[in-house]
Amino acid sequence: MMGYAAIIAARFKALLQYRAAALGGLFTQIFFGLVRVMILRAFYAAATTAAPMSLPSVTGYVWLGQAMLLLIPWREDTDVAEQIRTGTVVYELTKPIDLWGVWFARSLAWRTAPVFLRMIPMFVFAMLILPAVAPGWGLAPPPSAAAFALWIGCFAGAVMVSAALTALINVSMMWTLTGEGVPMLLAAFATMFGGLVIPLPLFPDWLKPALYALPFAGILDFPSRVFTGNLSIAEGGLVLAHQLAWTLALAAAGRYFLARGLRRLVVQGG
Amino acid sequence: MQIVVEDLAKTFRVAERTAGLAGAVRGLVRRKHREVAALAGVSFSLAAGELVGYIGPNGAGKSTTIKVLAGILVPSSGRVEVAGRVPWKQRIEHVRRIGVVFGQRTQLWWDLPVVESLDMLRHIYKVPADRFRTQREELIELLDLAGILATPVRQLSLGQRMRADLAASLVHAPEILFLDEPTIGLDAVSKLAVRAFVKRLNRERGVTVILTTHDMDDIEALCDRVIVIDGGKIVSDGTLGALRNTVTRERWLTVDVAGDASEVGDADATVIRREGERVCLAFDPEVVSPAELIRRVTSRHAVRDLFVENPPIETVIARIYQR
Repeated sequence: MMGYAAIIAARFKALLQYRAAALGGLFTQIFFGLVRVMILRAFYAAATTAAPMSLPSVTGYVWLGQAMLLLIPWREDTDVAEQIRTGTVVYELTKPIDLWGVWFARSLAWRTAPVFLRMIPMFVFAMLILPAVAPGWGLAPPPSAAAFALWIGCFAGAVMVSAALTALINVSMMWTLTGEGVPMLLAAFATMFGGLVIPLPLFPDWLKPALYALPFAGILDFPSRVFTGNLSIAEGGLVLAHQLAWTLALAAAGRYFLARGLRRLVVQGG
Repeated sequence: MQIVVEDLAKTFRVAERTAGLAGAVRGLVRRKHREVAALAGVSFSLAAGELVGYIGPNGAGKSTTIKVLAGILVPSSGRVEVAGRVPWKQRIEHVRRIGVVFGQRTQLWWDLPVVESLDMLRHIYKVPADRFRTQREELIELLDLAGILATPVRQLSLGQRMRADLAASLVHAPEILFLDEPTIGLDAVSKLAVRAFVKRLNRERGVTVILTTHDMDDIEALCDRVIVIDGGKIVSDGTLGALRNTVTRERWLTVDVAGDASEVGDADATVIRREGERVCLAFDPEVVSPAELIRRVTSRHAVRDLFVENPPIETVIARIYQR
């Protein structure tokens, strides 16, 4: 376990160095957050029927989505992809450590460090600055301490799902070799079905069960709704179960295909 | 014997398609495969503490052998035992005891400072903290790493990176070290540093080293024993001296004369080259002894300087490959 912990720590530290990217990303995400809140406010003002999500909830949902944008498994780990492309990946087999575990550990760091860098200033902006300037436009604090604690749990669960999915995308590189196929498709899915374009509760009722069943819902949608109080504490428990199930399923798939890909490499040569 | 290789064979299936558009279309429907034997029955064994050069032309099977020994490749047939283990079957236990350096690749993390890569490897190999500290200090000193410890790997020169890679392969104090072209692309100073280090490692710590290289100076500087592989088969295995003798007994006499050297020569020797006042003669010591040849040359010409040497090892190896 120490080996994996060391990998997470090293990768985390390395990723924290990209501060300029974080600053640039922060401004972009604030801009798009304002645009999305503006659009949703217009929709809500013109709505003739009751929406399945209150306006404060949906506003908070947008800001949480903007703050945790990089939690989305939007592409493969480029270092790993490079290793696979050049064949250096076999080098990893000369280490007494499980390769999927290494990739998962790297992904855990990759899905947290950039998010933390952006999340903290984003929370300051959306929770403190924005409500003071434009009341009703910002992110309201969670309804209770319990909801906040549960959100932390769901955030951790979301990191696990996202990292397991990233590791699986890495594995897919063993067949496709480029980041243009599977990752781009997945990024589109994750953005759309993760609630980043339209909050999932605002989708048509007949589509919701399918969207909620997908792993993407567990990354941004569910945790954000726990935070804003749109989901109850009891429902939050189900979110954790959903995330755990998907983490295990994606991990099992990743391990299975990695073993197959490696067998091809070690039997067939790179 | 620490390493035993018996009748090792490895065949790859290579997809083939005929040239042109028609070939490309046909390739979509049915792939033709061709079997390529990278190793065709390789046998050798190594005792602990040996330093062996493993050489051969490109595509001879050097890297394939190293990959099998390192537990990366599963062979098609044959028996391999390294320190009592079968590499590809007991991979995790096996790799704890070996170090591997592929000169063309790096095992360091691109965006991490060298020192952090080493530290991470300590955790991966579960080296106790105090043993790691002494080991690290020693490696830093021997490989002159102090100045580059804090530098991210992507900013290192090739020579610096290779020294760092060597350190990375040794944090867990392996008994066996596989070096696949460790001096490739290095400048003369870096090459000397790598050679000196490998030699010390072998002499002082008794680490068994298998070294593949195209640089014959590596072999001359380091290896008592040389295994030559060509076409997936071992064509020679023995000391450097024995290897020379199997190929040629030839020796070279280089003579500097005062004045024109175009007349210098002998019936029992062939002229290899002639440049200004210098002549190089090749001769077989069984036909004419060095002393006799020198006497003949000095009696006929005003010799300023002369020396006898073995043909360069490149010449010897090239002749083996050509056979």
